[in-house]
Parts: sequence; C-alpha cells; structure tokens
Amino acid sequence: MTLNQLSIFLENRAGTLTKVLDLFKQAGLHIIASSIADTAQYGLVRIICSEPQRAYLELERNGVAVALSDVFAIELDERPGQIAEIVRGLSEAEIGIVYMYSFFIHGKGLLFIRTDKTEEAREVIQRSSLRCVPEKELPDWVV
Amino acid sequence: MIWNPNKECMSRDEMSALQGKRLHKIVQYVYHNVPFYRHKLQEMDLTPDDIRTIEDIVKLPYTTKKDLRDNYPFGLQAAPQSEIIRIHASSGTTGNPTIVGYTRKDIGVWSECMARSLTAYGVGRDDIFSVSYGYGLFTGGLGAHNGVEMVGASVVPASTGNTEKHAKLIRDLGVTGIACTPSYALYLAETMEQIGITKDMIKLRVGAFGAEPWTENMRAEIEERLGLKGFNLYGLSEIMGPSVSYECRMQHGSHINEDHFYPEIINPVTLEPLPKGQTGELVFTTLTKEGMPLLRYRTRDLCALMPGECGCGRTSVRMTPISGRSDDMLIIRGINVFPSQVESVVLSMKEFAPRYLLVVDRINNLDTLEVQVELRQEYFTATFDTPAAIDELRKRLADKLRSVLSISAKVQLKAPNAIERSQGKSVRVIDNRKLK
Repeated sequence: MTLNQLSIFLENRAGTLTKVLDLFKQAGLHIIASSIADTAQYGLVRIICSEPQRAYLELERNGVAVALSDVFAIELDERPGQIAEIVRGLSEAEIGIVYMYSFFIHGKGLLFIRTDKTEEAREVIQRSSLRCVPEKELPDWVV
Repeated sequence: MIWNPNKECMSRDEMSALQGKRLHKIVQYVYHNVPFYRHKLQEMDLTPDDIRTIEDIVKLPYTTKKDLRDNYPFGLQAAPQSEIIRIHASSGTTGNPTIVGYTRKDIGVWSECMARSLTAYGVGRDDIFSVSYGYGLFTGGLGAHNGVEMVGASVVPASTGNTEKHAKLIRDLGVTGIACTPSYALYLAETMEQIGITKDMIKLRVGAFGAEPWTENMRAEIEERLGLKGFNLYGLSEIMGPSVSYECRMQHGSHINEDHFYPEIINPVTLEPLPKGQTGELVFTTLTKEGMPLLRYRTRDLCALMPGECGCGRTSVRMTPISGRSDDMLIIRGINVFPSQVESVVLSMKEFAPRYLLVVDRINNLDTLEVQVELRQEYFTATFDTPAAIDELRKRLADKLRSVLSISAKVQLKAPNAIERSQGKSVRVIDNRKLK
C-alpha cells in the first residue's frame, strides 16, 4: 500500500541539487513530485519518481547519500475535504504525520504522507473513502 | 617584590648544586617506586648513582605523552594512593586523558610557585583577584586559586562562562587582578564594552595570562582595553599546572621555577640537547615532585632558554614565548586538543566515514571548533529522512566529542566523499586563527 520515495541528503550549498537532478535526467527518470526539508546546514530532498528502484541504484552508484522510505500516495480528485478526511482519521487514531506534501493538476492529484505508525495508518486509510496508488501505477502519472 | 628571594635569586652555582642534589634524589625515588622508570634505566645500564650532578641529566631517558597514555591511569605514579590528595586530568592524544596525582607536598610546591608568579606580577594581600580559568579537572582554575590564597589576596573563583555577570562583579567588587586566557581577556573587554562598563569604572591592574599562545600585539590590545598590565603565565599539567614559569615586571621572558622544574631545549628530531639561546623543544624534569615525577618530559612546546641576567634581580633562567608545537596539538579556548582524539570519536560511530576535518577559528575573540564529518553512504537509511533524526545523530557525535575533548564542537555533516582528500599527508586541520 505504501510506495518507495527517495530521500536524499544534500549539503546546503550551490550545485548539490543540480548534480542529483542531472543524474535523473541522464538516466531518463521522471520526477513526479518532490519536496525539500531544509536546515541551515543541509537539506533532505524527497522525490517520487517513475522508477524508484532504478533511481535508487543510479544515485547510489554515483555516491549520493540516498535511502528508500515508505510513504503513502493517496489519490485525490476535485471533491473538497479529502486531505482533511485523511488527516482527521490519522489524528483520531493518534498517528503522527512525520511529513506530507502533495500536488494537484487538471482535477487530480496525489498526497504523499509519511507517518510514525505505518501499520495503523494503513488501516485508517483503508477505512476511508480514498485509495492509495501502488508503485506500479507511478509511470501513469508521467503525462 | 620577590616571594622567595632565597630560591628565585640564588647564585647560579648554588642553583646547579641544588638541582644536582635534587636530581639524584628524584632518580633514586622513581627507580624504587616506578617500575616503568626502573626498567628504562636498567635497559640503559644506569643506576641512580650514575646521576650525581645536574650535567648527568643528559644520560637519562626521555618521557613522552605516549608513555603517559601507555601507563594510564596510575602507572607513572610514584607515591602510594594514600598520599595522593588531588587528581587532575588533561587531554590525552586519544581516548584516555592524562592523569596527574598530587601529594600534599606537591600542592604546597605548586601553590608556592604560583605565589612567586603572582608576587612578580605585583599581586599582594590587598588585591581582589578573579580566577577565570576553568575550575575542575583542568589545572588552571584550582592551580591559580591556591596561589592567590597563599599570597593572601581575596580570591574570586569566577571560573569560565557567564561573562556578563563576571564583568559586573569586576566592577562592583573592585577586582584588581585576573587570571585567564588572553583570548578570554579580549572577550571580557568586548563584553564590558557591550554592557557599558568602561575602563574608568573598573580597577583591574594585573592580568595573569596563559594556557594558550599569545603575542605582543595581543598584550598591547588587552592592556589598552582593560587598563591593566598583562603578564605571561606558563605551565602544563603533566609537570604541575600553571606557574611552571612566569614573567616579571620586565615582561621579557618567563622565569622558570627551576629549583622544581629543570628545563632543557632539544632538537625534536635528533633529540640532541641544544645550547642556550637556540630554539627547540622544551623538556622538563620535575626535581621535587612526589605524586607523578617525570624525567625529561617532552612538552612539544617550542621555545628557547634566554641567556643573560634579568633586570628584576631574579637569577632563574627565562624562556621565550612559545612559538609553536613539535606535534599537531591545538590549543582551543585554553584546552589542549589533539586531532587524534577527534579521530577516535569519529571512528567509534559507524554512521560516519573515517575522515574528518577540524576547522578552528576565532570569532569575537572566542575560539570556535567545527568538526566536519562525512555521512557514510551505506548508513544513510530511511530512518534519517527527517531533520530531527539527522540532528539527533549530530547531537550524539557532538556529545561524545564534548566528553572526550572537554570543549564543545559544532558538528558539520557532509555528504559522502565531500571532504577533500589531499595527496600524501592528509589535511585534517584548518586553523583560521590569526595571532596578530
């Protein structure tokens, strides 16, 4: 139900992100969504891409500090209140959201969530009206 | 004023005779009480009877920091534990600190040496004297403290930290003397300026500065900003602590308490003794120490012994300011730091590659230490994909560093392979401090 997100450690200085993005480009990998958690010293870049496993191997081979982490990718459409439904469900079950980010375009979107209790979060999402996107569907999101 | 004219102004012949007598005695003492030295002398086919005059000292073996480490903690201690009344510790080159035990007599000698120093600076019973070296395992605080009590001045055991409060105390109590590192003195001056305490509001007139190298320019700046006269105070814990040597009012070289600590200058490469006036590595033999006497201890400090007599009336030999080190030891905020200590900590954590870079700087007159380490690629896992988790890892390293180094360091995490490798000898330290 979860899918693989790439988490990348980058030093907070010019050029480090470019190097990583060039690797994606050279390998023909599409980035579907990304977010950066930044501090004064360093940044953590989180990337959802078309082929996470291949991207992981590619980055690792090039000496990048990269890890695969489990996140939920929840499918959204134009009905209002969907993110609120998920967040409320998690909060009522006392599940912490470690981070989340989303994108929305042409009436559909994805919400990525990492929680501190993956198993419990899975049950909450299953009981909701929403659906998780499996990893094999990711290439479909590259339009 | 001279605290002990009998010793400080002894004729050179008398001094040599006294040193020879004491050397013979100390060699006999360590031969019978420290197996390490007994074995060393036996290997060299020496007995205490071969050491009769001070000139015989060249026959004796050297002692190094490594010997102290190999004999951690009490291997070089000569006195029985029941005679030891205090234990100090200073930085070792790796994990273990250097342990020094003092007998009651040692503490007495130390206090007397410190009293000689303070008297030479012009400190007496009417002074209010603030000791702003760290109190604790470091010898600076308590060492200076005992001397101030011995001369009868009022000691203010301010220690380090809380500089603003300290500045106010200096003003409110009318503190006349201070012992601290020269860089702390500048930091104190700056703090005073920030909180509006001016030179005419304070009564400081004497500063005893040591535990780190400083220059004539720094002296001029401190004297100008704090309105005092600044004197050098030299020492090292392996030998005693502060007051192994001290400047007099001539401010031209530091008089060595050579009735207790016999100095030699050697070539650090060939280990040959060098004549007076030449710069080399300073070596000390403790002539009267009971707790942990050391024969020909290599300090790694570079300086020269000065020929000629001093205008102050003291006859004891003077040493020039320390011009450098013959090893890679750094002095940061008065604390000795060896790159190898950092290395041992970094190697103990599997998350980091066995590479590091120390960046030392002086910002607003306070030394800063940054330790750069590389995350090891294979240990960067999903657990570390939040700043909180990474900061926890940084904090773990910072805590370990603080406990080993006794000073805090800023940890800078680098990506794998981000620390530059140089050809040949790797650059592990960048010291941006400018001793102006």
